Amino acid sequence: MLEVSGLSIHFGGLKAVEEVSLSLGEGKICSLIGPNGAGKSTLFALISGFLKPARGRVSFLGEDITGMPPHVICRRGMVRTFQIVQPFAAQTVRENIAVGSHLHRASRRAALAHAEEVARRVGLDNQLDKLASSLTIAGRKRLELARALAAGPRLLLLDEVLAGLNPQEISEMLPVIRAIRDGGVTVLMIEHVMQAVMNLSEYTWVLNHGRLIAEGTPAEVSNNAQVIEAYLGRGTAERLLREAAGA
Amino acid sequence: MNPAALKDLAALALFAVAVAALPLFVSSGFLLNIVIMTLYAALLGQAWNILGGFGGQFSFGHAVFFGTGAYAAAVLQVKFGWNAWAALPAAIALGAAVAALVGTLSFRYGLRGSYFALVTLAFAEVFRILANTVEFTGAGVGLMIPLKESAANFQFASPAGFLYVILAMTLAACLITLWLKNSRFGAWLQAARDSEESAAALGVNVFRVKLVAIMISGALTAAGGVFYVQYFHYIDPHIAYGLGISTEALLAPIVGGIGTLFGPLLGAFALHLFGELTRNLMGDSPGISLMVYGLILVLMVSFMPRGIMGIFSRGPHA
Repeated sequence: MLEVSGLSIHFGGLKAVEEVSLSLGEGKICSLIGPNGAGKSTLFALISGFLKPARGRVSFLGEDITGMPPHVICRRGMVRTFQIVQPFAAQTVRENIAVGSHLHRASRRAALAHAEEVARRVGLDNQLDKLASSLTIAGRKRLELARALAAGPRLLLLDEVLAGLNPQEISEMLPVIRAIRDGGVTVLMIEHVMQAVMNLSEYTWVLNHGRLIAEGTPAEVSNNAQVIEAYLGRGTAERLLREAAGA
Repeated sequence: MNPAALKDLAALALFAVAVAALPLFVSSGFLLNIVIMTLYAALLGQAWNILGGFGGQFSFGHAVFFGTGAYAAAVLQVKFGWNAWAALPAAIALGAAVAALVGTLSFRYGLRGSYFALVTLAFAEVFRILANTVEFTGAGVGLMIPLKESAANFQFASPAGFLYVILAMTLAACLITLWLKNSRFGAWLQAARDSEESAAALGVNVFRVKLVAIMISGALTAAGGVFYVQYFHYIDPHIAYGLGISTEALLAPIVGGIGTLFGPLLGAFALHLFGELTRNLMGDSPGISLMVYGLILVLMVSFMPRGIMGIFSRGPHA
């Protein structure tokens, strides 16, 4: 449902994203991993219209969406979250989620009712009347997810929704994300928490210095020499192999 | 409609009835004039609040809309012989058009915060200089509306007539604000205020939402300009496009509580009460009343950032 081909953007001399191509099938949870500064969030920004690529194309549901503004892309069914959560701080949880619900619901009453239903799906239903600014980090991450979900996406781009959560909170979130996929929403997630990637993701792309260096199932990717070197430094893969052989 | 909206509506109705009944009991022109000027400040404040409080775009040049409305009414009557009532919608439309111009230029180029404030101030100044220069607006001399007292002429013999007109305008502004609090457009506007990026990611056309907000705000402010001209029969560039109006527009909501329905009303009443008190108590030494006024304002902004409404509610939506 999502086709990215030859996507590139440079910031001055820095090639933040360089010739990235990937193709995402419907109904899956896929992930994008890579060391810090690899260009993952930049790639998300390019796909969702927050940045315009210097070269390359993005097509979604068979239509070219390259260079379209973010709100138009959202209306076509691709909704993203932000790594640094940006709740509408002065508003309650219910009102925050309702902003997403309003995308397909003109009536205030319908949007607020729908917001409640979405809150239940992500486990925020007991905090509906709290101000967004009073939520914990875990609560804000859930809110970010709920708002995006309320907009009725076909493709959900999740930018590190698990970062900053403790193991308990992470294991609470995993079934939520799986349930979203089971509800018919395709998920592409940027994630550092490998437990989540291994657990949820059916297919993974690895980005390093703005380029894709590997792709495959999480198990395949985590045994890829280039990936190990990207994370742990040059020569590590060889050393690990030697040690494994020696042991 | 939800219960909170019904409560707001009931409060507005009560307020309207109370004010409308005033001329039955009060015959003092002095007192009625205070009420009229308070409502007028509430109208300008509510208009500013729609853009500043709900849209988060702090304008420091709302005089540009006020002056446009005032001059439109004056020029249409003096130079083209229009009836004042016919000039009112034309002036409102012109106010919205100028707002569309200012909004398109500022929002298209992503001006926010102090940059937006400065651009609106610059627009007001440019309009002031233009109005001061061209023959069309009577230049520096200003324009005088010929005195033809009759309700059909939007010139009332008694203050009660003006009271009803300004009450109707202020109520219209309040009803629009009530709609903002309970509609999709209002939700989008407040989302864009709190985080433009998040709003865009949820499908909100941030540019369009802000543009509509500034047009509503400009139209209402222009109505205030028309009222001013009809009430005082005179307009000049300094009154129309000067800093005084721009400040008056933002004072009431800031004192009363921005982004709330009743903030601008409360703020206008508090300010006029203070204003009249300081003027009466310290009327002998000109300037002192303004200093006291300024001091109160500084104290309010530093200790009550959410205005008078902040006392009543813990959260902005409680």
